Amino acid sequence: MEKQTEKLLREISEWDGEFKGAYNIRENGQCAGRVSSKNIKITNKEGKPGLEIHIAPGTVGETVSIPACVTHGGVDDLVYNDFYVGENADVTIVAGCGIHTETGEPARHNGIHRFILGKNSKVKYLEKHIGTGHGTGLKSIDPVTEAELGENSVLEMDTAQIGGVDKTIRNTKARLEAGAKLLIRERILTEKEQTANTEFEVELNGKDSGVDLISRSVARDNSRQGYHSVIIGNAPCTGHSECDAIISENGKVDAAPELHAHDNDAALIHEAAIGKIAGEQILKLRTLGMTEQEAEATIIDGFLS
Amino acid sequence: MLKLENISWSAPGGFGVLNGLDLEIPDGKLVVITGPNGGGKTTLAKIIAGIYKQDSGKILLNNEDITDKDITERAKMGISFAFQQPVRFKGITVKRLIELASGNRMNDGELCDILSKVGLCAREYINREVDSTLSGGEIKRIEIATVLARQTQITIFDEPEAGIDLWSFSSLIKVFSEMRRNLKGTLIIISHQERILNIADEIAVVADGRIKAKGAADEMMKTLMNSNEISNVCSKQEVML
Repeated sequence: MEKQTEKLLREISEWDGEFKGAYNIRENGQCAGRVSSKNIKITNKEGKPGLEIHIAPGTVGETVSIPACVTHGGVDDLVYNDFYVGENADVTIVAGCGIHTETGEPARHNGIHRFILGKNSKVKYLEKHIGTGHGTGLKSIDPVTEAELGENSVLEMDTAQIGGVDKTIRNTKARLEAGAKLLIRERILTEKEQTANTEFEVELNGKDSGVDLISRSVARDNSRQGYHSVIIGNAPCTGHSECDAIISENGKVDAAPELHAHDNDAALIHEAAIGKIAGEQILKLRTLGMTEQEAEATIIDGFLS
Repeated sequence: MLKLENISWSAPGGFGVLNGLDLEIPDGKLVVITGPNGGGKTTLAKIIAGIYKQDSGKILLNNEDITDKDITERAKMGISFAFQQPVRFKGITVKRLIELASGNRMNDGELCDILSKVGLCAREYINREVDSTLSGGEIKRIEIATVLARQTQITIFDEPEAGIDLWSFSSLIKVFSEMRRNLKGTLIIISHQERILNIADEIAVVADGRIKAKGAADEMMKTLMNSNEISNVCSKQEVML
């Protein structure tokens, strides 16, 4: 494994020289290490680049890590990873991506993740994306997530992209059966000339299914972000989406939430707020002894934490 | 010793809010600044903290001229300011905000010490965000906790009774009484409330942009309660929403 991969792994996952539990490390499109556990089997996908991860029913408290790293320009990595989560399992999936380039050549990772959650299963999904290096080549990460949530299953997604990635298009789709819950917490920071677009489409098909989607973003310098969420309530269900954005300098944010209530008992809510950092927040932190710049950095750190 | 000399400040429209105000605030006292609405009390507090910059006049702290020091510099020199409408922060926890105020990492015991002074249980609050989920009374107490955590020479409270319910106000009086008993610096409280005036060492009355009267609290209270003009200001026993 390259030293650069090790550096990226420390940033995007809890790797400290080793992983706890099952893992697969992807380095520039190749496998740089894989371990299955008794309950979590990782195998190559047939006919396409990528993995199949089978989590046995009733597996509780285990973690599977599948980080992907691109360490130089000239790499366009496409990977399909399918997760089959057995009934009553309760696991954590760590799936970060780091891209590094020191040249003018572009580097891209396109991870297409599919989750099939069995009845009563519970998954915590952690995903951190970063871009590093001084190369002028475009660093892009374009994740696609598709999730099928079985009866009474819970998928909690915590995703963060805090700087360094020049271009990203995120696409997340989910379909929920009765009693299933989807919780999404997304944070994106863009700066310089970076762009980030995030799309969500959630179908609430089962009685008492629910989604809580919270997106926080900061667009600085000349960067631009787009947020588009679609929540479709096809059954008695609850849906909530919240898009909060801070803009500074010439940063731009476009937010377009959509709610579709196709059942009389669908309760759907959207909240959105876009604006500069409130002047009172900076004043308060200055009265604690911070400079204006320190106050702004503290507010943004907290907002994206 | 904090000394203000001939301070004037006009609102953006040109209306003179402070008109040559002089004030000396001695060390180690609880000084309440009161007076009619629109008389310049909050403006005076903000000028001391550097939030507003006076049009003319001089401010001395321990005989050092701080007239041209900005908010950050004055905060570092030992002036704290508790806002009348405390600011909320999405994503910043109570623990983080108090640590930012104190300038140090704090363990649960230290956080418990600070929060218990304002009547809050650390276990229930340290991991909560300082956002709109906190009630008016809760955010006010956390605001006070942030200035207590700083342990500065001068702490200014701008109308701490504003925007909170009756029950929370009664609790706040206890908090200020306790602070009075363990006073380590100078407390300046801008207030209309008789129950806050009752715990003062000194009272100054600001009206028409000047100090209209100032003196020991016992003497001042007699004058205030006998004066029609002032008693209107001080007559309310409790805060009303």
